[in-house]
Order: sequence, then structure tokens, then C-alpha cells
Amino acid sequence: MHSPQPNPDTRGSDDWPSELYRVLKAADVRQMSYVPDAGHSQLIRLFSADPDVTTSVLTTEEEGIAIAAGAWLGGQRSVLLMQSSGVGNCINMLSLSAIGRFPLLMLVTMRGEWAEFNPWQVPMSRATQPSLEAIGLKVMRAETAEDLVETVESAASLAYESDQQIAVLIGQRLIGKKKW
Amino acid sequence: MSMSVPSQLDRRAAVAALLKNRGDTLVVSGLGSPTYDLHATGDRDDNFYLWGAMGGAALIGLGLAQAQPSKRILALTGDGEQLMGLGGIATIGVARPRNLDIVVIDNQHFGETGMQASHTGRGVDLTAIAVACGFTATGTLRTLEDVQRLAAQIAERADGPRLFVIKVLAENPPRSLPSRDAVFIKNRFRAHLGFAAA
Repeated sequence: MHSPQPNPDTRGSDDWPSELYRVLKAADVRQMSYVPDAGHSQLIRLFSADPDVTTSVLTTEEEGIAIAAGAWLGGQRSVLLMQSSGVGNCINMLSLSAIGRFPLLMLVTMRGEWAEFNPWQVPMSRATQPSLEAIGLKVMRAETAEDLVETVESAASLAYESDQQIAVLIGQRLIGKKKW
Repeated sequence: MSMSVPSQLDRRAAVAALLKNRGDTLVVSGLGSPTYDLHATGDRDDNFYLWGAMGGAALIGLGLAQAQPSKRILALTGDGEQLMGLGGIATIGVARPRNLDIVVIDNQHFGETGMQASHTGRGVDLTAIAVACGFTATGTLRTLEDVQRLAAQIAERADGPRLFVIKVLAENPPRSLPSRDAVFIKNRFRAHLGFAAA
């Protein structure tokens, strides 16, 4: 195993991306797919540098739902990263995870809910949790770095060991205000 | 864009020829006719049939190909299903799996909903899109002999993903229906690969 090591200077409660990487590696995640978000950039870098994890950049988030199902059919655990605007793109494809009871772990960085500069992010932000719940996902949410790491650890167990479909929403307050 | 000449190839005969010597190739079928076509060749544990998730067949194939690099994976789908997943062709081109082939059974229509004409009958060429996305081999086939040659070709190793379009007659043969229970089909497929149900 040749996993990139987190920078010791940045560890601590601010370094939740490295902690998430550690938790997901401990859960034996072997595939990661994503549509980028600034809030996910460090986690994307860590996975992309890891030769034991296959990463896929997507053109639209729903592709990642299908890839996750395929990975599971082939015996691998996976994780899908996106921002809240991407949740709307996923809804019909989530039928696959729901009706096939495929383990699914999505980490969703929230936009449009806390010190948001761009009003176009607000409608999908409002629709994120209700639409995920309407299609049958369990939604978990974290507002602090400490809570987030524990939530993702618990969500990973629920997904991979109990065949659940889970979205973890990462509050915009935790990610911080976007710099313009 | 010009209209393509309609093909007279029978889709069931084409899929039967394509899969006759499939060996241990794992097959994912797109919703509608490709799922019925696959089932009509014989129900098998290493088939994963979609009844929904339109646009997802080739991408399920990608996740599977990445998890099972020593196995060949075939995503067998239709023109309408692949058109809904056009972006996925770019994603698969970038991911560059060496063990994934996409075969589109192209009747140039949305056969399940009343045979409305699709984009592929109006000049849109999925193989040209695949070439532009970095696929390592593509082709458009119109005869049973072409399909028999393709079956031999896709059994060979590849350097990257390949996409082939088989132009078929626009008709709906009698449906051949696999189980619609996705949990059953999933667990059966995984058991075939040696993974126990949870």
C-alpha cells in the first residue's frame, strides 16, 4: 500500500479532508468518482495520488451512481463526491441504488445555504435533502469537522455493511465562505 | 445531416451471434430491448439486466471493469439509452479501461415507447463521438457476417475502451423478460464472482 500521507502541519480539526481520506481508506474504498467542488479539492487530490484507488472525473453526477453500482457488482466499495447542485442531476439514476439495494455513499458539499454569494445555488440547495429523501436515500448531515468525520465513518458502515444508500451533507458553514 | 439507410438486420440474430462464444465475459444490458435481447440468448448468472436507470449501462460497465480488470465486460445497450448517457462516453474515454466494450444495438428509434425516431437516424454518429473521446476502436456494422467478425474481435485484448454500433431493423420482437428483481439479479451476479450476499 502506497497511500499519500497527510501533511502533519495541517492536521487537526481544520484538516477534515485528510481525516475523511483516512476513514474511507480504512473502510476499503477502492473507487472514487467526482464532479469537482472547491470543498472537495483536497480529498480529490489525496485519492488521485493513491494508486490503490481508481478515480473517475464525471461529466455529470448521475454517472457516479452507475459507476458505484458497477463497482459493487465487481466486489469493490466506492465513494462519490459532488456539490449540492449535482444532487438534482442524480435523481432518476438513484432508482438503481434504491431498487437494487446497492451500497452507496455520497459526500455532498452544500452550497446556497450559508454566506452564499451566488443566488443560483439557492434553489437546488433547498431541494437537496427533500429530493434525496424522496427517492429513498438516508440523509446525514454534519456542521463541524469533528462531527463530519464521525458521520462519514458511520455512514460508510451503514452503506457497505448494511446495504444502505447514504448521502452525507457537508454544511457550507463548515466549508467556509467561497473566496472571490 | 443525412438520414442513415435503414438496416434489415434482425436484432435477436445479431445479439445471438455477438454472444455465441462469449466465454466468461460479463454483460450489462440497457433497459428495453437490449435487456430482452440478452435474456433471449439465455438467462445467466453473469448477466446484469437493467429495467431503468437510463443512460447508466455503459457506466455500470465502467465501475465493473475497474473492479474486475482481469475480466472482459460488455455493455449491451440501445441508441436511446446511450444517447441519454452521452457524457459517459467522455468519462469512459478518460478512464480508459482496457476491458470494456460498448455495443449499441441501434434501431434508430425509441422502440419501447412507440418507435419515435431517435438522433442516430438523423445523422448523429455515436462512433464518431467515441473516437473524439479517445476510444481505441469503433465500428458500424450492418450484416450478420460483420457481427460474427466483431464477436471474434472483442474477444481479443484491447488497449482501451471500444464502441461498436450494430444497425438493426426497427421492430419489436416478442419480449423475453428476465427477473425485474434487481436485488436478486445483483446477488446472483456477485455470487458468480465469488462474493457472498450481505
